[in-house]
Amino acid sequence: MDLYPPTGLARRRHLLSIGDLERADVERILETAEGFESVMHRDVKKVPTLRGRTVMNVFFESSTRTSSSFELAAKRLSADTVNLKASGSSVDKGESLKDTVLTLSAYDPDVIVIRHPQAGAPALVTRHTDAHVVNAGDGKHQHPPQSLLDLYTIRKALGQVEGLQVAIVGDVLHSRVARSNIQALRLLGAEVLLVGPPALIPRDAAAAMGVTVSYDIGDIAEADVVYVLRMQRERMLEGANYVPSLTEYSALWGVTPERVQPSQLVMHPGPINRGVEIAAEVADSASSRIVDQVRAGLVTRMAVLYDLLTEPTTRGGQAALRAVEPAGQEVA
Amino acid sequence: MMQLTQREAPPADLLIKGARLVDGASGLEGPQLDVRIASGVIAEVGSSLDPAGAEMIDADGLTMTPGLVDPHVHLRTPGDEDEEDIASGTRAAAAGGFVAILAMPNTSPVVDSAAVLNGLITRASEQAVVATGFFAAITRGLEGRELVDMAELAARGAVGFSDDGRPVERAGMLRRALQYSSVTGRKLSLHEEDLTLTAGAQMHEGAVSAELGLHGYPSIGESVMVGRDLQIARYEGAPLHLCHISAAESVAEIRRAKELGVAVTAEVSPHHLCLTDELVRDLDPAVSKMSPPLRSDADRAALVEALADGTLDCVGTDHAPHRAHEKEVPFEAAPNGVIGLETAFAAVYTNLVEPGLVPLATVLERMSTGPARAFGLPAPALRVGEVANLALWDLAERWVVGPPYASRSRNCAFGGRTLQGRCTMTVAGGSVAHRLAEVAR
Repeated sequence: MDLYPPTGLARRRHLLSIGDLERADVERILETAEGFESVMHRDVKKVPTLRGRTVMNVFFESSTRTSSSFELAAKRLSADTVNLKASGSSVDKGESLKDTVLTLSAYDPDVIVIRHPQAGAPALVTRHTDAHVVNAGDGKHQHPPQSLLDLYTIRKALGQVEGLQVAIVGDVLHSRVARSNIQALRLLGAEVLLVGPPALIPRDAAAAMGVTVSYDIGDIAEADVVYVLRMQRERMLEGANYVPSLTEYSALWGVTPERVQPSQLVMHPGPINRGVEIAAEVADSASSRIVDQVRAGLVTRMAVLYDLLTEPTTRGGQAALRAVEPAGQEVA
Repeated sequence: MMQLTQREAPPADLLIKGARLVDGASGLEGPQLDVRIASGVIAEVGSSLDPAGAEMIDADGLTMTPGLVDPHVHLRTPGDEDEEDIASGTRAAAAGGFVAILAMPNTSPVVDSAAVLNGLITRASEQAVVATGFFAAITRGLEGRELVDMAELAARGAVGFSDDGRPVERAGMLRRALQYSSVTGRKLSLHEEDLTLTAGAQMHEGAVSAELGLHGYPSIGESVMVGRDLQIARYEGAPLHLCHISAAESVAEIRRAKELGVAVTAEVSPHHLCLTDELVRDLDPAVSKMSPPLRSDADRAALVEALADGTLDCVGTDHAPHRAHEKEVPFEAAPNGVIGLETAFAAVYTNLVEPGLVPLATVLERMSTGPARAFGLPAPALRVGEVANLALWDLAERWVVGPPYASRSRNCAFGGRTLQGRCTMTVAGGSVAHRLAEVAR
């Protein structure tokens, strides 16, 4: 998290892209998240860590998991939260993103969490606010919080990420999750294989992102983790014909029971389209970690907020663990 | 007749002492000489000239070159004068050492009728501080369906025809336009893009777009159209000009067509010569979003090589002003285009001449004689008897690009960068059009 705005504004750490992070940053956040697990098992699931801080969730695109978990994560840390959805706000009256940010910044938020359909929106926000900015998804560009929760889920299930082979299957072209995850997985030492239709794998992906590319679903057999992506029809250009039909897609690239083994982990960022990119039997199988991913989203988002709002003095999670450990400080 | 228009201004009477003169066409390779301008005309070139009452300018350490010519500028007039108007656009040109510019017709309304063209020429005669020519559209409303009245527009002074901003999509329509343009004696200047390959494009398709998740504009989105149009031009035996070439594949097509004798001229922008798609990583559309997009370093190197060997005939800025607030939006929401008049020479000098990639004389040819020749305009020259169209440069000065700018807009690809080589004075059409404060002594 070393990306700073160029000039004029206070130096702030943001979470805009996994590409801005070093391995130690990721390890530290995952350790912090681990520390927050204990809070989840208490009767009173709240700590005073961020009391008096303000977190604004600004969502210009629909979201179930991300917006609810960021709100809950902030509340579990005792921060004040403001949730703004694009519809029903002044955005409907034609206000520009810059003006929305200037307006919200007048309330001195500590963190602005933003989701936006256009790549580069969080970068724009950093140019007009003193708050820390978290990119909760911008266009097809990045979704760093998703990657952190995915790494957390894999670590929980398999102990470590280093040395694993992860197959990402489906519509990589339109997927910000894939882009963040490729960087995140490689940062922690995993190998990544992209599998999907040629038109939905970015040209130059292998060279640009250090992955292997295959158009054959049979190649997922060797993977430790099969990460399934949704066909993002809402992002596809009309008449682009990336594949002839969803039926063809499912036949050639659908993740079906015959194509995965019980030893493989199956993950999906949601929402899932049963019967399209993933068979219902697979989604509901013992291999599936889809619900674990959602649960991991809460502690990793708490860790992200915590990390941004405390200057980490050590790398590797010590500061985070200390802050969570003291007992008896829960706020009623 | 073809018409460049400039406002009336007092003719210059100057004695510019001791500049190094560089003008390949006049055989000048840097001798230190005095140049006396009397009533706007170069009256004498020599040593220890007598001022004869003229203002003296000490140009020791400066370089004098023919004034630059830009075949591709958007003046946003009529319709969007808050982005640029003829006065501000030509001041920006003069600040960059240009003495003549050609403006594109994709305005609102589009320059597709004599009435709009006449209005522009009238405004230029009141406001333009450098010679300004206007393209007319190839098709009415840039819609690609009906040809404009080309002969009439040519007679009223259109310097050429262009649907720039859009390609002429249908091959049959382009063929008709090429056939008819031979009657008018004016060239077509083509924006080459196959829209079926570039739908939704935000940047060059390659490694960086794969990583950023921005929809790509593949090189073939330009080069297949270049190839098509060169074939049509060859078949018809008609000349044509290609705007803002950006891809190595397009360069290869042009090189081959020239070998086959096609009368093609082509232009390249300073930003495509100096910058690559790596710049898009900052996601600041004011700096790095334009069409065609910044491409890979291999493309950039091919463009530089083609400029040096003459496959690309000229540099055109594609100066494209936009309101600041329209560029202060997420990358994907921003319009295409960057301004470039004030930085064109300095960018090319810094990135091509200083590192020894292209000689200064070649750059000057491509930025002055080349574009003038491409459109049948008289080329500025440092010769006795010529109307003074020249620029004075401090080639050693390193300066930080604005803001502020002479342009009304500030979406400059080189904004905030340090460039070397600064225009200290421009004399256009015999009148002083630009003067840096330090030179006024």
